[in-house]
Amino acid sequence: MDASKRSFLPIPHLAKREKMNIFAAMGIRVLAFVLGMLVCGIVASLLVKDISFNWKSMKSFYYCFYEGSFTTNRKLLAYIKDLAVLLCIGLALAPAFKMRFWNTGAEGQTLVGVLAAILVNFYLGGSGNPDIALGDLPLSLIMLVAAVLAGCIWAALPALFKARFNTNETLFTLMMNYVAKYLVSFSIVRFLTNANSSGSMKSLSSGRLPVLFTQMPSIDKPGTTFKIPQSLNDYLIVGCIVLIVTVFMFVYLKYTKHGYEISVVGESTRTAKYVGISVKKVIIRTMLVSGALCGLAGWLIAQVDKSVSTESSVHGQGFTAILVAWLARFNPIFMVATAGIVVFLNKGASRIATDYSISPSLPDVFIGIVLFFIIGSEFFVNYKLKFSFAGKAEEVSK
Amino acid sequence: MSHLGNFLVDSLALSATFIYGSTGEILTEKAGHLNLGIPGVMCMGGAGGCLMISIAMNWGVPQPLIALLGVLGALIMGALMGALYSFFAVTLRANQNVTGLTMTTFGVALMKVLMVKDDIIYLKNDRLAEAVACFRFPFAGRGDKLQTLGFMFFLAVIVAVLATYVLNRTRTGLSLRAVGENPATADAAGINVTRYKYLATIIGSGIAGLGGLYYIVDWMGSNEAYKTIEGLGWLSVALVIFVLWKPWLTIPSGFIFSVLYTCANHVSSISWINGTMEDTYLFQMLPYVFTIIILIVSSVRNKRENQPPASLGLSYFREDR
Repeated sequence: MDASKRSFLPIPHLAKREKMNIFAAMGIRVLAFVLGMLVCGIVASLLVKDISFNWKSMKSFYYCFYEGSFTTNRKLLAYIKDLAVLLCIGLALAPAFKMRFWNTGAEGQTLVGVLAAILVNFYLGGSGNPDIALGDLPLSLIMLVAAVLAGCIWAALPALFKARFNTNETLFTLMMNYVAKYLVSFSIVRFLTNANSSGSMKSLSSGRLPVLFTQMPSIDKPGTTFKIPQSLNDYLIVGCIVLIVTVFMFVYLKYTKHGYEISVVGESTRTAKYVGISVKKVIIRTMLVSGALCGLAGWLIAQVDKSVSTESSVHGQGFTAILVAWLARFNPIFMVATAGIVVFLNKGASRIATDYSISPSLPDVFIGIVLFFIIGSEFFVNYKLKFSFAGKAEEVSK
Repeated sequence: MSHLGNFLVDSLALSATFIYGSTGEILTEKAGHLNLGIPGVMCMGGAGGCLMISIAMNWGVPQPLIALLGVLGALIMGALMGALYSFFAVTLRANQNVTGLTMTTFGVALMKVLMVKDDIIYLKNDRLAEAVACFRFPFAGRGDKLQTLGFMFFLAVIVAVLATYVLNRTRTGLSLRAVGENPATADAAGINVTRYKYLATIIGSGIAGLGGLYYIVDWMGSNEAYKTIEGLGWLSVALVIFVLWKPWLTIPSGFIFSVLYTCANHVSSISWINGTMEDTYLFQMLPYVFTIIILIVSSVRNKRENQPPASLGLSYFREDR
C-alpha cells in the first residue's frame, strides 16, 4: 500500500459483522451501560439543584443506586419481588416477540389479571359475600386461574384478528391497554369500593400465600439472622414462582416443537407455510401462552398488594418488559440480567427522587437514557465501521 | 351556547391535538419509520413550549410574541426528539419499535420531571391563565365557548392541508414517498435516503410537538394536563391508520376522535343519561374501542390503495440485497 496516496480524511464505511465474539459483545454492552450511567449523572446534576457535577456529589449520587436495592434485607427482598414481576411480564412477551408479534399490550393483559384476581378475592374470600369464605390456599388458586384466564382473553382477541385478517397487532394491543385501564377504574368503583365511605377500597385480607420462609441471614448486621415477616415471605414465593417460569420458558423456547415453530414463524411466515406449520395456529397458541403469563404476573401483583390495587398497579412495566425482553434477545436466562438492571435503576432512581424530592418519574428518565445507550451499542455489535482511505480504495479497484 | 354547542366546539378545539400528532406521524411513516415515540415527542414538545413561555414571561415580552416563542419552543423540542429517534433508527439502524418505545418512556418521564419543577418551568395558576390568554387570538374576548379556538387550531388545519399538498403534489413529496415504499429503488434513483428519512422524522416530530403544547396550554389550560398526553399520543398514532396516511383526512377524523374523547367530560351534564361517576370511565373507553373497531374494519377491507408504506418498520442498509 502506498502511503503517499492516502487522503487524510478516512471515508467511513459500514459492513455487517458475521458473528461477534460473545465476550467482546458483552464488553460493548457493559461499556454502553457505564456510559449511560455517566450521562444519568450529568442529567441529574442539571435537573436537581442539590446535585452538582463534582466528585463528592456524584459519589453520593451513585451510592444511592446501591442503597436503593441492596443495603438491607427488606430492600433486597423488595428488589427480588420487583425483579420477579418484571421478569414474568418479560417472559410472557418473549415468545410473542420472537414470533414477530408486537405485543404492546402486556400492560393491559397484566392489569386484567390483577382485576380478575381481586374480584375473585372479593367475592369468594368473604369480603363481598359473607356466606362464601374459602380457605387461603383454594382461594389463591382460584384467583390464579381467574387471572390467567383474563390475561388469555385479553391476548387472544388481538391474536385472533391478527391470524384471521392480519389486523395491526401493535396498535390493537396498545388500545386494549387503555380499555383495560378504564375497565379496572370502573370495576373498582362499581364493585370493590365501600359505597358509603370516601371511595377507598375494601381491604382484602384473605387468600394469603402459605408461609414457607421464616428467616434468612441478615445483610446489614452480619452474623445475625433476619426474621422474615409474612408480607416479605410473599415476595420470596413470588421470586420462586418466577424462577420456575423462567426455566420453563427457556426449555419451551429452546427444546420444544412449539418453540421451534415460533422461531420459524418469526424468521419467515412463508418458510413456515412451506414446511407445513399452521401460522394461524402458532400465532393464537403463542399469544395464549403470552397472555397466560401476563395473567400470572397480574396474580403475583394482586397477591403482594391486593388492597391497594388501582388502574396503575402495573406501573408501565408492560412497556419496560418489552425492552427487557428485546435487550436479552428473548433469551429467558439473559432476561434475568436485563430485568435486574432495569429494576436496579428503577429502585436507585426512586431513592434519589425521594432523597432530593423530585418527581417520581425520575427513574423512567434514567431507564430511558441507559436504554438508549444499550440500543445504540447494538449497532457496534451488528456492524463494523471500516475506514477506507482514498488510496486504498483505488488499489482495490485496480 | 347550548350544551351541544359547547360540546361540539370543545371537540373541535381538541381535534387540533390529533391533527398535529397524526400529521407528524404520517410524515415519519411516509419515510418508512413507524415512530412509536410520538407520545414522548408530544410530551417533550409540550414541555419545550411551556419552558419557552415561562422564559418569555420572565423577560416580559409582549403577548403575541410569547405565543410565538412557545410555538417555537415546542417545535424545536419536538424536532430534537425526532433527531434523537433518527440517529438511532436511521444511522444506527436500531429496531424502530424498541427505539420508539424507549423515546416514549424517556420523553413522558422527562416531561413529568420538568413540568413539576418550579425553577425550570414556572406556569402556576395566574401565570398559566396569562399564558393561555396569549393563545386566544383571533376570538379573544368573546364570551362564549368559541373563544377556545385559538390560532394554533387554525395553524393545525393549515399544517395538515400543506402536508397533503407537499406529499402529493411536489417533487419532494414524491421522493419522500419513494423512500418509504422502497428505499433501495429511491437510492438507485439518486435520492439521498438518509437525508429524507432524517428530515421527514425531524419535521414530523416538530409538528407532533406542537400537539403537546396545544393540549397543555391551549385546550386544557391546566397544570394537570401533562398527565394525560400519553394516551392522546397513542391515539394519534392509531389515527394514522384510520386516515389511510392522508394528512388532510386527520381534520374530520380528528374531530370524530375528539367527540369520542370529550364526551366523557360532557356526559355528566346531560340529564337523561343520568350517568354516575363510574360510568364516565366507560365513556372514556370509547375512543380506544372505536380505534380497535377501525383497525379491524380496515384490515378486513384490506384494499390495495389503502396500504401502509411498503417498507414501514424496516431499516435500510444499502449493502443488504
